[in-house]
Amino acid sequence: MATATIADDLRPLHHPKSWIGKYVWSQDHKVIAIQYSLTAIAIGLVALVLSGLMRLQLGFPDTFDFIQPENYLQYVTMHGMIMVVYLLTALLLGGFGNYLIPLMVGARDMVFPFVNMLSYWFYLLAVLVLVASFFVPGGPTGAGWTLYPPQTILEGTPGHQYGIILMLASLAIFVVAFTMGGLNYVTTVLQARTKGMTLMRMPCSVWGIFVASIMGLLAFPALFVACIMMLLDRLVGTSFFMPAIASMGKELGYEGGSPILFQHLFWFFGHPEVYIVALPAFGIVSDLIAVHARKNIFGYRMMVWAIVIIGALSFFVWAHHMYVSGMNPYFGFFFATSTLIIAIPTAIKVYNWLLTLWRGDIHLTVPMLFAIGFLFTFIHGGLSGLFLGNVSVDVPLSDTFFVIGHFHMVMGVSPILVIFGAIYHWYPKITGRMWNDALAKIHFWVTFLGVYAIFLPMHYLGMLGVPRRYFALGETAFIPPSAHLANEWITIAALIVFAAQMLFFWNMTWSLFRGPRADPNPWGAASLEWQTPDTPPGHGNWGPTLPTVYRWAYDYSVPGADRDFTPQTQPPGGAGRYHAT
Amino acid sequence: MNLFGRLTEKSWETPGADPTADPALSRPSAASVGLRVFFGIVTMLFGLVTMAYVMRMGTVAMEHGPVSDWRPMPDPPLLWINSAILILSGLAWEAARAGARIGRGLLLFAGVVAAGLLALLFLAGQLALWAQYAARGYYAAANPSYSFFYLITGLHGLHLLGGLYVWGRTVSRLLAGADAGAVRVTVDLCAAYWHFLLVIWLVMLGLLIST
Ligand code: HEM
Ligand SMILES: [Cu+2]
Repeated sequence: MATATIADDLRPLHHPKSWIGKYVWSQDHKVIAIQYSLTAIAIGLVALVLSGLMRLQLGFPDTFDFIQPENYLQYVTMHGMIMVVYLLTALLLGGFGNYLIPLMVGARDMVFPFVNMLSYWFYLLAVLVLVASFFVPGGPTGAGWTLYPPQTILEGTPGHQYGIILMLASLAIFVVAFTMGGLNYVTTVLQARTKGMTLMRMPCSVWGIFVASIMGLLAFPALFVACIMMLLDRLVGTSFFMPAIASMGKELGYEGGSPILFQHLFWFFGHPEVYIVALPAFGIVSDLIAVHARKNIFGYRMMVWAIVIIGALSFFVWAHHMYVSGMNPYFGFFFATSTLIIAIPTAIKVYNWLLTLWRGDIHLTVPMLFAIGFLFTFIHGGLSGLFLGNVSVDVPLSDTFFVIGHFHMVMGVSPILVIFGAIYHWYPKITGRMWNDALAKIHFWVTFLGVYAIFLPMHYLGMLGVPRRYFALGETAFIPPSAHLANEWITIAALIVFAAQMLFFWNMTWSLFRGPRADPNPWGAASLEWQTPDTPPGHGNWGPTLPTVYRWAYDYSVPGADRDFTPQTQPPGGAGRYHAT
Repeated sequence: MNLFGRLTEKSWETPGADPTADPALSRPSAASVGLRVFFGIVTMLFGLVTMAYVMRMGTVAMEHGPVSDWRPMPDPPLLWINSAILILSGLAWEAARAGARIGRGLLLFAGVVAAGLLALLFLAGQLALWAQYAARGYYAAANPSYSFFYLITGLHGLHLLGGLYVWGRTVSRLLAGADAGAVRVTVDLCAAYWHFLLVIWLVMLGLLIST
């Protein structure tokens, strides 16, 4: 740990002189955050295009000759993996975590800026290795984002030659990158909070990102180990996961390996991963709702505890992804119970969001619209999740489009809506400009209604028994013509949603140069990041002295105060609030 | 304030309650907090490997009838020699710490250098162990117990290499004339890291030789 820790020391920072030092090899958390975000969004676009291709095939089978069955599998795999790991995780923690933590807890930067910079470059390397797999002979892997052995490395699975090797290598590099970043996020929250910023005065956003980072640090090692072991199986011929098996008529050298072992390792990572994505979104959406409803978040302490409890519990539920792999019925019972218990703190959060809105002074700004949209999709996805948490209901629905509809609602669309809301919310602080409101509203409505048009019918398809990961349905007695019709409309909706995202990119780019200058605190927010001396914040964030915090981040509409918000930095005196929440 | 007290604070009721004393004065350094967090991660990593080890050992392979295909490995003397070297390396760090504490520059320098060299010797010993095993036909692919052996020693060695990177920087700072006070924190943290890796190694060693 030989790196300097600039948050400790209040001497003026060393300012990088050259353009490259400032924007490329930067150790400034704000620049790193933007690098992370842009990279994540770029690779996320690839995943979006892949989903469009899948939808084209599903909606209009026999139309596109360039989509062969093996291509479809590759699209599914790369789409899923990129969305979950390389887009959402990287954007929420690498992007928002990096940008928000130091500003919201009142630090000058992350505690290990050099390691933070390395984290980004390793992430970029992971992305490049992943992209490279599109260009190797055999193409990227088509094993499904869960990469279950033995099929992952058997002949017959697309990309079994090089694609799978690159995928595993890229994931391992990603884990290293994440570990370097996560170490920073956790340590910065623990160690570099400014004077007066007690743990319970931190905004929910920081709590969500903080707990998610801890979870990531504990869960990603499982993915790392699984990737290394599978790489050894593939390259060296070990039999960690590979059972004795014959493929294409010849015996392979493997013997005795355990595919179930891989599933345990994968889901020990995979389930917490869902919450690694969800908790930052939960935290951020709490702040969006509080700021734009001009109310303190209802039950702040409960909200924080719920985040912590969800984080802890989610390490005890992983095997609910393995009901159909077979397990001791007592284990099944245990995991079903723990899964349903998680619903309690999650439901508390939902009620508290609704109660915050209740009789609030709701400003229907674009960030608020996205926050409300999130409430819809999340409640919706949560309800369908209750079906799948029950072993007996899960068995017939598993591997159908019901599952696809469920998890896209709860962990695909919901965090994405929060991310959009968050980008609109903090854009004025990050760039110093405002975006175009009309375009943003169109973007919201098309996206929000569009995702319903896409994913709601999928539940219906799933109940009919339409399987997931199928290239085409063919002539099947149990699938009525209405299913084909639904598929066509889903595809059309998906293309419209795709187009709406282009509006978003246009708006963001145009506003960067032409948008009106933003007020330093356009929403009248109380939390620390809006109180920086410069907008966008300069190097070192706070000018000569660090801010001192006197109150929590939610003093909105305090009776008797002269404004409807009281910044965290405002010393007491005059009106305070003395009534409990 | 204890953790429970912190987490039950009614932050909405305390506008302006005298903010706690300047945290910069009372907190442990960022590096030591970061190192603790890192211990958690590494513990998780090796814990998971251990779980995988145990599960794989108990996997009953169909093609062998109702017995596992697991075959134990011999425990050559080198295994014990290497472990002893790692212990010595940790002791050398303790000597360096003592040197830094009482301000004896020579003891500090000798301790640091010895600790690093012993760690390098340990790594060389581990490589020799690999070569020995390979020469006797214990290839990674030949049996899962061999595969795990290479995996575990490899992961452990990589973590030690990371520590040696910090060691190298410390040595060069000492050579450049840094005094005991300047490197004290680093030396303390390195010692803690070495002890931590030693504990991990001993647990892994127990796992390897008991199965
Ligand atoms: C408009 C946006 C999206 C559309 C149209 C879409 C569409 C699809 C489709 C058609 C599939 C494959 C279904 C199958 O045949 O099995 C799929 C799979 C998947 N999607 Fe999305 N998706 C979108 C956004 C997202 C997002 C934001 C996430 C982030 C979590 C995500 C995560 C996944 C995952 C994990 C899979 C499963 C991959 C697998 O089975 O291996 N998707 N998506
Ligand atoms: Cu799960």
